[in-house]
Amino acid sequence: MPTAIEFDNIGKQYRLGLVSTQTLSHDLNRWWAVNVRHKEDPYLKIGSVNDRSTAADSEYVWALQNISFKVEQGSVVGIIGRNGAGKSTLLKLLSKVTGPTVGTIRARGRIGSLLEVGTGFHPEMTGRENVYMNGAILGMTKPEIARKLDEIVDFSGCEWYIDTPVKRYSSGMKVRLGFAVAAHLDPEILVVDEVLAVGDAEFQKKAIGKMQDVSKGEGRTVLFVSHNMTSVKALCQRAVILKNGLLVDDGDVDTIVTHYLRGDNDVDNHKVWETPAIGKDGFHLLEIGIRRKGADYTDVMRMDQEIELLMRYRLDRPMEKFWITLHMKNEQGNKIFSFSGGNRCYDKRHDAGEYEQICYIPANFLNWGNFAIDFMAFEQVNNIKVIANESDLISFTVSNRQVPIGGYMGREPGDVRTCFEFKERKLQ
Amino acid sequence: MQDEHWDIVIQPKDRLLSVDFKEIWRYRDLFALFVKRNIVVQYKQTILGPLWYIIQPALTVLMYMVVFGGIAGIPTDGVPQPLFYLAGVCMWQYFSDCLNSTANTFAANAGMFGKVYFPRIVTPLSDVTSNLLRFSIQFLLFVAVYVYYVASGQSIAPNAYALLFPLLVLMLAGLALGFGMIISSMTTKYRDLRILFSFIVQLWMYGTPIVYPLSQVAGRKVAGMDLHLLMSLNPVTPVIETFKYGCLDAGTFIGWHWLAYSFLFMVVLLAFGLVVFNKVQKSFMDTV
Repeated sequence: MPTAIEFDNIGKQYRLGLVSTQTLSHDLNRWWAVNVRHKEDPYLKIGSVNDRSTAADSEYVWALQNISFKVEQGSVVGIIGRNGAGKSTLLKLLSKVTGPTVGTIRARGRIGSLLEVGTGFHPEMTGRENVYMNGAILGMTKPEIARKLDEIVDFSGCEWYIDTPVKRYSSGMKVRLGFAVAAHLDPEILVVDEVLAVGDAEFQKKAIGKMQDVSKGEGRTVLFVSHNMTSVKALCQRAVILKNGLLVDDGDVDTIVTHYLRGDNDVDNHKVWETPAIGKDGFHLLEIGIRRKGADYTDVMRMDQEIELLMRYRLDRPMEKFWITLHMKNEQGNKIFSFSGGNRCYDKRHDAGEYEQICYIPANFLNWGNFAIDFMAFEQVNNIKVIANESDLISFTVSNRQVPIGGYMGREPGDVRTCFEFKERKLQ
Repeated sequence: MQDEHWDIVIQPKDRLLSVDFKEIWRYRDLFALFVKRNIVVQYKQTILGPLWYIIQPALTVLMYMVVFGGIAGIPTDGVPQPLFYLAGVCMWQYFSDCLNSTANTFAANAGMFGKVYFPRIVTPLSDVTSNLLRFSIQFLLFVAVYVYYVASGQSIAPNAYALLFPLLVLMLAGLALGFGMIISSMTTKYRDLRILFSFIVQLWMYGTPIVYPLSQVAGRKVAGMDLHLLMSLNPVTPVIETFKYGCLDAGTFIGWHWLAYSFLFMVVLLAFGLVVFNKVQKSFMDTV
């Protein structure tokens, strides 16, 4: 397969702060160095890596640095990374909205970029006029748009309102019309930024399906930026991870998404203590971890797989009544439910020694998303005594199950997503 | 082996004169749509609509008649005052409209430019073109007043130089576009220039023979320099003067050499503006 796009050592530097007299002095300095003394731009040598956790030590920051990779013709590549990792900057460079500071991008064929849907829509003009406007902005010619107009209008589902000014449209209709135009672009290379995150479930289905047709059926090259790992997995064969403006990982989509979910979400699903740290009065937690049943701690947990929660602890003295209670919390920190081994080992006398408890969370119980667990241990002599209490002791991510193309890629509401049995029978 | 042909090469810096005219031509439909949009959008939700285009110059002319014709008593080369001022106001209005809209290109379209690429030059080009509508309506007012004076027995008639009219309008558009592109390129980063620019345009009008005929400055000197020469160096002056001379047959023709100077000025300005504009359009999103 020939190469469709080649990124060659791309870098993009931004200046932080406000435009001021200092900017002017830097500009003059740069002009002096480059044009009069014929030297390198002095401000290109400095500039810090784009890491938001630390304050930049320079006024200049590299939003992207040393980006080199090739995209083969007809492949669909996902670009993933946290907010501010440089994904959108990369797409902006490719769509020529702004130029790179260093490096070269080479491409074969027309590039159609979709950084936003409905760019250039004018509220006073009708839907039809805006289809022409938007199409022309995206690089289509008038006859091209005229030929596809019916298809576009049909796809958007706005037939009845097509001669109404767009200012009377609902925001959803605007988005649908905008996407419909974009979906009927015919470039060899399509650059898409998160546009699938808009619209209702039904429209998302349509949009993803259309994207799939574009890449599979028509052999176009697609670069796709998204936070939705489910749609990245469904659409892309390959993915790259950007982190702080650097390309840190590149490979087939399943591996990369796994790496991303593991490494990038501050997930801490396994802890071991060599010296006693959690617990008091003779109770010491030694290890706690959550994983897919029978798998490694580094593996991805999917919502349709059974999960096991393992705890290892030591009792320095015998305890008459002892139990562990856990609180499951969602990403917002709300407690979803409490669960406890108490009912099973409450009455059992515990000798001193090391113990292990495993709790099994069934498949198809937790929805996909991020979760955290609070840990508590109790002993009852006369009153109930807390012997360990630790908030957010571990956290973990459950990922979506494989969704076929056309399936809903968003998240169903709620933190629990069960698969109850439904029985249907015909009455009449 | 891969062939080394690439359709698109994106680099930090292009060669200085790498204006892609073929690409601009490919976007001609967008140009037409922008022109249409600019025109359509101006009318929406106004009661008087295009009538505003007539009210504004009419009131301006009235004001000039009071201030410059009445109070200051500046002669108008024997042409009826309304006609004389209207000729100048129509032309100047077109020039300053074009200048104002093109000078704002980057700032006014930052939202759209930030999301999608097309040759940015399409925007100022369409502004200059859609302003022609307003100009032609105002020009019709001029013609109407002209006909009125001819009908009421005034001895005014156009001469052969009136045939230069299309060229003169083109030159105004070219000059405005050239200046506008340079200003819009410079104001993306340092907005000081925008403030400076807005009052320079106001002052510029007084340096152009709009409210007085050029013949009035002949022989006068400012700081030891010939005022007539200084004013003729203003590239807009020969255009306005030729227009007035051709349509009203009053005063004297400024001379082909000045018209040629003005034309050359426009060509150089356009070329320079295009280069600057082209350079800025690559990176303006980072600084605007």
